[in-house]
Amino acid sequence: MTGNVIIGGGQAAQALIGRLRKLGYPDPITLIADEPVVPYQRPPLSKAYLTGELSVDRLLLRPQSWYGEQNVTLRLGTRAEAIDRAAKQVRLSNGESIPYSKLALTTGSLPRLLPEAIGGRLGGVYAMRTLDDADRMARELMPGKRVLVIGGGYIGLEGAAVCAKKGLTVTVIELADRILQRVAAPETSDFFRAVHRAHGVDIHESTGLTRLIGENGRVVGAELSDGSRLDIDFAIIGIGIVPDDRLARAAGLTIDNGIAVDAFCQSSDPDIFAAGDCASFPYEGERIRLESVGNAIDQGETAAANMLGQVTEYRAKPWFWSDQYDVKLQIAGLNRGYDATVVRPGKREGCQSVWYFRAERLIAVDAMNDAGSFALSRRMIEAGKTLPKAIAADPAANLKEWM
Amino acid sequence: MPKVTWKLAGGREIAGEVATGLNLMEAAVANNVPDVVGECGGCLSCATCHVYVDEAWHAKTGGPGEIEDGMLEATPAPRQTTSRLSCQITATAELDGLVLHVPVE
Repeated sequence: MTGNVIIGGGQAAQALIGRLRKLGYPDPITLIADEPVVPYQRPPLSKAYLTGELSVDRLLLRPQSWYGEQNVTLRLGTRAEAIDRAAKQVRLSNGESIPYSKLALTTGSLPRLLPEAIGGRLGGVYAMRTLDDADRMARELMPGKRVLVIGGGYIGLEGAAVCAKKGLTVTVIELADRILQRVAAPETSDFFRAVHRAHGVDIHESTGLTRLIGENGRVVGAELSDGSRLDIDFAIIGIGIVPDDRLARAAGLTIDNGIAVDAFCQSSDPDIFAAGDCASFPYEGERIRLESVGNAIDQGETAAANMLGQVTEYRAKPWFWSDQYDVKLQIAGLNRGYDATVVRPGKREGCQSVWYFRAERLIAVDAMNDAGSFALSRRMIEAGKTLPKAIAADPAANLKEWM
Repeated sequence: MPKVTWKLAGGREIAGEVATGLNLMEAAVANNVPDVVGECGGCLSCATCHVYVDEAWHAKTGGPGEIEDGMLEATPAPRQTTSRLSCQITATAELDGLVLHVPVE
């Protein structure tokens, strides 16, 4: 019997499957995923899993048995090669074809890699995206080893924090003039720069990588844009991710910064839906893509409802988090296009929040060890409420009055 | 293994044995308890595992820590004196018989 098929086995896939069943979808479901494991949490791969605090079974979003209970056929370790839209079939790497009634693409994203010409394929060069990446890199985490982190975004800084905690010698290079330049205000960059430096991490901003130097196929050094040379034992690449829209593109679906979907998670083919990192969708008059767990879950669930013919609009409520050392960063909203920021001091040293405004409206908050400010501002932003900048900056002001 | 009962807002109850050492968000997910989501995987970032500890058990589970307390400042379901994030409660032998009330968030 033909049923719904899902390609890509991450957070969005699990949420989508759960919602299809919760809404009473009776037919078989097939999940095709190139990784050999059932969907798991990715965020801990650069945090608690990498430090060894969280075991692999606790990473799984649901135990493998759950998929059987939900009447889901798992095709793990299997690559989908092509989508035949006319025949409504997915062709697998083993030559088999699987028919679908509706198809969901939850293919996620791929780490941006360094070009081979500058040493990107050398041994000891790690991206941080999959369980396999984390397991391979974990073997390098021995005290005294020297690591170069290329890219001072959240993933790179999380990797740097884990390495520093484990007693490695850590250098971070960032091409922009400050770490977190693409995602946060200078105040947040300053906060994290100070935290990393206090843990002995050497941060070089406005510094690019010229090339990695290999010996016998393995990285041993790096040449930086300032002309200096660094001896290293391994390297972590944290220079961003790109949506995995390869199948959709080859199938002729509309692509625009990922698989373009409408407010109902539907692609340019009415039988094909997309959710999570791989999908771009309409948001406040523009088209955006969100790389976050919250988006993967909510969009996956919304896609499921629409696949069943329930017309449900996706309303994104962006939020993010990062853990570095003992700093818990929580981000509410999206700060794109901000024109002003204020800093709100926290209850004690090491706690603060940065409030982003656009045309006097609150649009986002970065909260560092300040869960109260995160929780309050998140609800305000989701409800479309705002407050004056002076109130946000005043630690004595009671924010609950503005909720 | 301690037994935990989740009482849902609609009156339904779900009971399950929980492996010692697991946190009660993970336990709720494993027992398919609706409305306990655990979006952040238990790292104290999302508050989607908010529960009310039954009055009789409140002394044994204790109150929230500093960050958890902040997270409980603005949960979708109103905070009560027994509010906890269930990812921050670890299953132990002392909690055998624990009852948690699950709000609709």
